Order: sequence, then structure tokens, then C-alpha cells
Amino acid sequence: MLKMTDINAGYGDLQVLFNVSLHVDEGECVTLVGANGAGKTTLLRIISGLMHIKSGEMTWYGKNLLAMHASRRADLGIAHIPQGRGTLATLDVMDNLLMAGYCKRVRKRRMENIEKMFEMFPKLKERRKQIAGSLSGGEQQMLAIARALVMEPTLLVLDEPSLGLAPIVVEEVFETIGRIRDSGVSILLVEQNLSLALEAAHRGYVLETGVVAMEGKSEDLLSNENIKAAYMGI
Amino acid sequence: MLAQSIFNGLVMGGVYALIAVGLTIIFGVMKVINFAQGECLMLGMYAAWALHRATGLSPYILIVPVMTVMFLIGQFIFSLVINPIVGRPPTDFVVVTMGLAFVLVSVIQLIFSPTYQTVVTTAKNITIRLGSVSLGTPRVIACGVMIAAVLAVRLFLKKTDVGRAMRATAENLEVAQMLGVNTRRNFALAFALGVTMAGLSGLLLTPIYYVFPNVGMPFKTISMVIVVLGGLGSIGGAVLGGLIAGVVEAVLGAYISPDLAPAGIFLILILVLAFRPEGMFGKGARKA
Repeated sequence: MLKMTDINAGYGDLQVLFNVSLHVDEGECVTLVGANGAGKTTLLRIISGLMHIKSGEMTWYGKNLLAMHASRRADLGIAHIPQGRGTLATLDVMDNLLMAGYCKRVRKRRMENIEKMFEMFPKLKERRKQIAGSLSGGEQQMLAIARALVMEPTLLVLDEPSLGLAPIVVEEVFETIGRIRDSGVSILLVEQNLSLALEAAHRGYVLETGVVAMEGKSEDLLSNENIKAAYMGI
Repeated sequence: MLAQSIFNGLVMGGVYALIAVGLTIIFGVMKVINFAQGECLMLGMYAAWALHRATGLSPYILIVPVMTVMFLIGQFIFSLVINPIVGRPPTDFVVVTMGLAFVLVSVIQLIFSPTYQTVVTTAKNITIRLGSVSLGTPRVIACGVMIAAVLAVRLFLKKTDVGRAMRATAENLEVAQMLGVNTRRNFALAFALGVTMAGLSGLLLTPIYYVFPNVGMPFKTISMVIVVLGGLGSIGGAVLGGLIAGVVEAVLGAYISPDLAPAGIFLILILVLAFRPEGMFGKGARKA
């Protein structure tokens, strides 16, 4: 459903992505791994329409996604949880969740969806009047995920959900991601923690300094000797 | 006499606060300052004066029509000169809105001549007595309308979807877009709301002040001081800053000299900034 072909992009004179092609199919969990500065976040920003590209194509169910303004992604069903979680720190928890139901596609069902999220994350219900910025890192990540789910996404884009979280919380976050994947939502997951990401995903892309160095099924990538040596120190 | 000056100051401060709240709404959402805010106040005065001349109605009855006109003017100005520079460096915005200020003054001067005009209301002749304090009715009404307008804005921002989207835009433009907010439309709305607030302040001033093309100048300076004093982007700060400025001005004006009143306001500004560079309610510099 999401297809990117030969994407070239960068900031000013600095090119970050070189002929990157990538696709995510329905119900699929795809991960994008790679070291710092490989261009993973840039790629996600392109998907969300926050960055312009130099050349290449990007389609959503065959429609040209590049021609659509960033704010129209929500109505297409693309939910993006940016790096650093993207919760609106000065708004309270409830307002954050209500904002997820701002787009027309889900506005009618947003209260229902929010109730479901409160069942899934009871902590958020307790704290619904609290300013989002006062939540702990783990709770903010939960809020970010809950907010994305209120949007009833077809594709959930996650940028480093494990960043800055305690190991036990990371485990919890990935359990949740697993449940979302099993419910049939497509996921594009960017992660530095390669083994965790590949365990959760069906397929993976390895991005190295702006180039897709490797791609394939998660099992194959996990057992690949080069990857083991470069990323896991085994 | 002290009580009298404090009350005078609070009432005048209410009007200042309203202008500053308009500036704050624009700054809060767009992170830029409208240097034509004083001229928008002037437009509001002329709109009230012209409608008053045409209909003979009291300016207070004309509040809704004048606000509507000002909102439309705000939308028009936005699409004509502001929209093309959205996303460009803030200096562009300073230059464009300063230019806009000159254009507005010149256009009004061309149409209505530089002559001083007045709006006559019966309210002007009635004073309200509170013990030893007496207050002019137009000022009391101005203060009351300010309180109502600020409460309405707060309610709008807190409780409505559009208001929530504006707060989201103010905090994080990119995240707001990801959630499906058309940020460009929010900018237009914030700008027009700010202009409407200035216009409303203008209307409230018509029974007290002369109407002339350059009337906005001193109000512009004071409202900018107030916004910085209160902390950029904070509505509560703008209101408190406005009231403080009003009281300082009135007390200094009554006890020392009216000429020194603005100096007092600047002195307070310097003192506040020395101890709290982000203003009374400011959150400091915006991060990245």
C-alpha cells in the first residue's frame, strides 16, 4: 500500500538518502534499522510529508502521496509517532487524545476509541487531566501510541519507540507493538535496537549512510553474519 | 486620590490588556509579532466611527458588526500579505507588518482625511460612583467587555476542537500536521482573531479618544511592552501585564506627571526582565 521508489533527499547541499526504495504491504510489520545518521528519520519525515525530496516517487494505494499536504495523511490513515514521542506537552492527556480524533475520518468514533484506550492503558485514564509533559517517559510513549491508535491507523509509523526508556518499559512498549501488529495494522518501525526490531517485524531494511544495504525477511537478517558482526557485536 | 488613580489605571489597563491579548494570540500560534496591531486598533476605531455615523447607533450596539468586519479584514490581510511569507524568517514578518502599518495609516488618511473625529455617546456623561471613587461609564464598559472577551477566548481555546487544534499548532507545528490539522488555516484564524481583538479595543476607545489615522501608535508600543512583560504567548500574562501598565501609568500620571507615565511602564519592564528575562509568565525560549 505504501511504496517509495528511488527516493533522493537531503538538507541543502547535503544528500541524506540515495535511491532508496521501500514498500509496506497490508498487515505487514516492516522495520528500518541502521546506525545513527543513516537517514532513517529523514525517510519517515518524507512519508509524513514534513520534508521535500529531490527526486523519486511515493504512492499510497497507487495515489501520488508526494502531492498531498502533510495534514492530509491523518485522513488517509497514516499515523506517525515521531522521535521523542511527539506528545503535546502543554496539553493534558485527554486533549492529546481528543486531538487524535480531530481528522474527519474518526471524529465521530473518537470518544469510543478513547474509552478503548483507557481500557488498554488504565494509567492514562487516571492521568487524563494531567499535562502530558508531566508524565514519565514510559507513560508518554503509551500516550503517543494510544493517540496514534485513536486515529484508527492503516499504517502506524514509529520512530525509535525505545529511545530513552528503561529496559523494562521498552519490553512493555514492544509487547504493545506486537499486539497492534497482530490486530492487522501495518507498521513501519524505525529502531536502533536491531534484535528487538527484527523480532517484532516480518521484514526489514538495513539503511547504511543513506543507502539500502540489505533487505529481507527478519529471520534471514537476524541470522546474517555481517549484520551480527556490525550491529550486535556477536 | 490613590484609590481613584488605581481604579482609573485598572480600567485603562483592561483596554491595554485586550490589545495585548490580540498580539499574544498571533504570537502564540504563529511565533511572530504583528507590528500593525496598533493600526488594526485604528481600523477598529474607524469602523466603529463610520458605522456610528451611518446608523446613529451607540458604538456598544455595534460591537458585533465591528468585530465581524475586523475579522474579515484580518482574513483579507492574512491572505493578501501574510500567507505568502509564512515559513520565512521572522524578520520578513517584521518588515511586512511594519510596511502594512504605514499602508493602513496612509489609506485611512486618504479616505477619511487626517482630521480628528469623535464619537458621541450618552454613556460618556454618566459616571459611576463607588464610595469616593468615580469612574467614567465608557471605561467601565471597556473593562467589562475586555474581561468577557478574554474569558471567551480562553473558553474557545480550552473547550473547542478548533481551539485545541490552535494550541496544538502553537506547541508543535509538525505534530499538529501529523494529526491532520491544517496549520495554514489555523494561522489565518489566529491572525484574524488577533486583529479582531485589536479592533474591539479600538471600538471601546472611541467614546474616550479622538479617532485619527495615527491613533494606534502609542497603543502599539504599550501593548508590545505588556506582551513582553507578561511573557510572550501567555494570555494570563498579557492581562496582568496590561493591568499593571494601566495602574503604573495612572498613579505616576496623577502623582508626578502624565509625561512620566510611559517611563514608569518601561522601568517596570526593565525590572521584570532583569529578574525574569522570560517575562512574568513566559516559558523561556522555544526549543528547536
